[in-house]
Amino acid sequence: MFGWEFPPHILGGLGTASYGLTKGMAQNGDMDITFVIPKPWGDEPKDFARIIGANCTPVAWRDVSWDYIQQRIGNVMDPQTYYNLRDHIYSDFNYMSTNDLGCIEFSGRYPDNLLEEINNYSIVAGVIARTVDCDIIHSHDWLTYPAGIHAKQVTGKPLVIHVHATDFDRSRGNVNPTVFNIERDGMTHADHIITVSNLTRQTVIEKYGIPAYKVTTVHNAVEPLSEELLNLEAPPGKTSKVITFLGRITMQKGPEYFVEAAAQVLSKVHNAQFVMAGSGDMMEKMIRLVARRGISDRFHFTGFLKGKQVYEMLKASDVYIMPSVSEPFGISPLEAMQMGVPSIISKQSGCAEILENVIKVDYWDTNAIADAIYSIIKYPAMYKQLQEQGLEEVSKIVWKKAGAKVIDIYRNLIGQQ
Amino acid sequence: MKAICFYFQIHQPFRLKNYRFFDIGNDHYYYDDFANDEIITRIAQRSYLPANEMLLDMIRQYGDKFKVAFSISGTALEQLEIYVPEFIDSMKDLAATGCVEFLSETYAHSLASLEDSEEFITQVKVHDKKIYQLFGQHPKVFRNTELIYSDDISALVASMGFKGAITDGAKHILGWKSPNYIYASALAPKLKLMLKNSKLSDDISFRFSNYEWESYPLTADKYIDWIAQLPDEEQIINLFMNYETFGELQPRESGIFDFMRALPRFAAQRGIEFWTPSEVLAKMKPVGQLAVPYPISWADEARDTSAWLGNTLQNEAVKKLYSIAERVHLVQDRRIKQDWYYLQASDHFFYMSTKHSSDGSVHSHYSPYESPYAAFTNYMNVLSDFMIRVREQFPESIENEELNALLLTIRNQENEIEQLNREVEMMRRNIVKDTTGDFPVEPEKDVPTPKKERAEKKPAAKKATTKKTATKKTATKK
Repeated sequence: MFGWEFPPHILGGLGTASYGLTKGMAQNGDMDITFVIPKPWGDEPKDFARIIGANCTPVAWRDVSWDYIQQRIGNVMDPQTYYNLRDHIYSDFNYMSTNDLGCIEFSGRYPDNLLEEINNYSIVAGVIARTVDCDIIHSHDWLTYPAGIHAKQVTGKPLVIHVHATDFDRSRGNVNPTVFNIERDGMTHADHIITVSNLTRQTVIEKYGIPAYKVTTVHNAVEPLSEELLNLEAPPGKTSKVITFLGRITMQKGPEYFVEAAAQVLSKVHNAQFVMAGSGDMMEKMIRLVARRGISDRFHFTGFLKGKQVYEMLKASDVYIMPSVSEPFGISPLEAMQMGVPSIISKQSGCAEILENVIKVDYWDTNAIADAIYSIIKYPAMYKQLQEQGLEEVSKIVWKKAGAKVIDIYRNLIGQQ
Repeated sequence: MKAICFYFQIHQPFRLKNYRFFDIGNDHYYYDDFANDEIITRIAQRSYLPANEMLLDMIRQYGDKFKVAFSISGTALEQLEIYVPEFIDSMKDLAATGCVEFLSETYAHSLASLEDSEEFITQVKVHDKKIYQLFGQHPKVFRNTELIYSDDISALVASMGFKGAITDGAKHILGWKSPNYIYASALAPKLKLMLKNSKLSDDISFRFSNYEWESYPLTADKYIDWIAQLPDEEQIINLFMNYETFGELQPRESGIFDFMRALPRFAAQRGIEFWTPSEVLAKMKPVGQLAVPYPISWADEARDTSAWLGNTLQNEAVKKLYSIAERVHLVQDRRIKQDWYYLQASDHFFYMSTKHSSDGSVHSHYSPYESPYAAFTNYMNVLSDFMIRVREQFPESIENEELNALLLTIRNQENEIEQLNREVEMMRRNIVKDTTGDFPVEPEKDVPTPKKERAEKKPAAKKATTKKTATKKTATKK
């Protein structure tokens, strides 16, 4: 498998989903999974998948001792793997900037020279594909499609690509042609395409011109939360209802609809506070909008939250809102439900396809969003019903089932060959 | 000797318009007139009117050999009066034949029987009055909303003087017993019970046009054959269904109307008669008692009240609604009284059901809302406004009992003042007459003494309800 992010160092939903799916597949048994990421930190869980770091894979031959390797990258990878990989260098990449181990450095994030990093990743993939014996190649999201294609060309094994999002979701239609081409290239080379929702499946079929039989939906799931997170204390002295938006403040997430709905609710209700947690390129615009609506006293921005802070925020919330304009799946409402927070989600998000005990609205329908918020904070039965039924529902959405579906797809592909 | 007893239910609620929380306190009109008009007119055109015509033809053809019974809710009657008055006329024609019996029920098709016995009794009386006004019959047999029934309800119904009640032959109540007999209530043995034969009723109302059903196509002679083949002791077959069965649930082109028209002919061949519920109760004796400690109904797979009170949302909405019942009973405002009835319709709670699979699809089929949550939100917004209006009627600081006493005093004084005014008027006239000097002044004798409303009755009823709420409170404290 080729991925870009892996917990605990994640920047978005991609890492969580890649991790959950891998674990879910391992739970079904009889799987030997190698997971390639650009830059492992060493604290990734290794119990169900072998992690190979692209930045630890040599592309130029260097004569280094076992001890030196152990000291340099021992926390990430077994030195023997390094030697195995070194034996499969297929071309001289000394012209590229490599380090003392003959490896290319990766940031593992989304830097400005992202395209260059994607290209380097694909070069490294050539080495790994020659080293690791596999039956299936699985690429997560567009950043790793070129690597997947390269590995397929080297090994001749079937390629499955996993579409966690398309550029149509990210840009509200103003597609970046370079990204589009990488995506489309990946889709045409793939033997099978997995999408995280029917919504995304439709995009892949219609916008990228991919034949429908090649595309299957496997909905995402959630990991059960740890006891520690579930038992977080709610902040004391809370007197008003808290309505929370959590996510990147970008066009895709529809933050302005949240502000408009908040303005409506606040004109009628006084003991409510709205929180917009996260950061993004529309944050300043949102702050100005909040000021223009005259609700700054009860509308707060927290900035980017990470790790435990996210769950502390959820614990303090009475309503969770995700008014995304276009959301391939959207895992965060599921997490909110796990924390017992009633959720309002847009019908334009993929998770709306599988969730029952949430309120679904059109993202642009700020009246409906406001009505739903009002109902949850004013009528205790509504809150209770959504909370209890939501918890029960989300506890049944597990990665093991998603993993089984992916394994079925693998079997079909291997059977066809 | 066997008999078939047909009873048809007609009910439509006043559906609520999209009522936003901004409207609370500002807008006091709650109903979606357009949808209500559209739905009742469509159903009347496709079902009620042609079915009435069919029944009228059949009664004309077979004389008093063919009889049916109707239960029409007050809210449906009101809508029909407004939007489809020709239906009321056609119903009057049916009533005039003497072969149609009207049953009693709650005016609003409400859940009052489960929540508030005082309200329940009032609604039944209001409904019976309406039936008498329109069709000139005093209903003798009771049928509760969606056939909801329990021992407690049977005691209430018996206390109102009904001879019999209609309910569902739920399997978990009947066990091995057959619904084709008359039973008696366990708590009020004088009250006879007629039970719906679910299999034979649903054969017509749900399975008639189902191609996958092994008995498709269902013909009148086959159907009568089934009934004739039942054991000789099972004498009464109760076929209870929605009137929409004809033309709406089973479309006209399925042949449902011709099926019905053919029934009496084949029934006559096999010696099967048609009786109204009153006739059944007069002619037959109960074979045993039926204990129903927990309420049953004819809705959903479970045949209990979970269709309306199955989840947190529904319970909350119902509890909130009946929490103001006592206040509403004191109010004289006619619009509030009207809204009070309309908001009680069980349908509003039916829409809030979160059941899945086949039950769930029935709920969402009838619901005008996208989801149960939308149904709840909208209803609660309306209810919030309604409660504000009710509270505005009287100062909140006064307790219900005190308020009741004060209102009684005011009403008595009103009567007295009116009486005295009349006397004064009379006196004046006499004085004017007397100026002619022809007649001596005679004291007025025929002035009736002011009729005082008796206060004893009310507090007695009050006590019962307050006790009930008191026990409830302690229960929740535990």
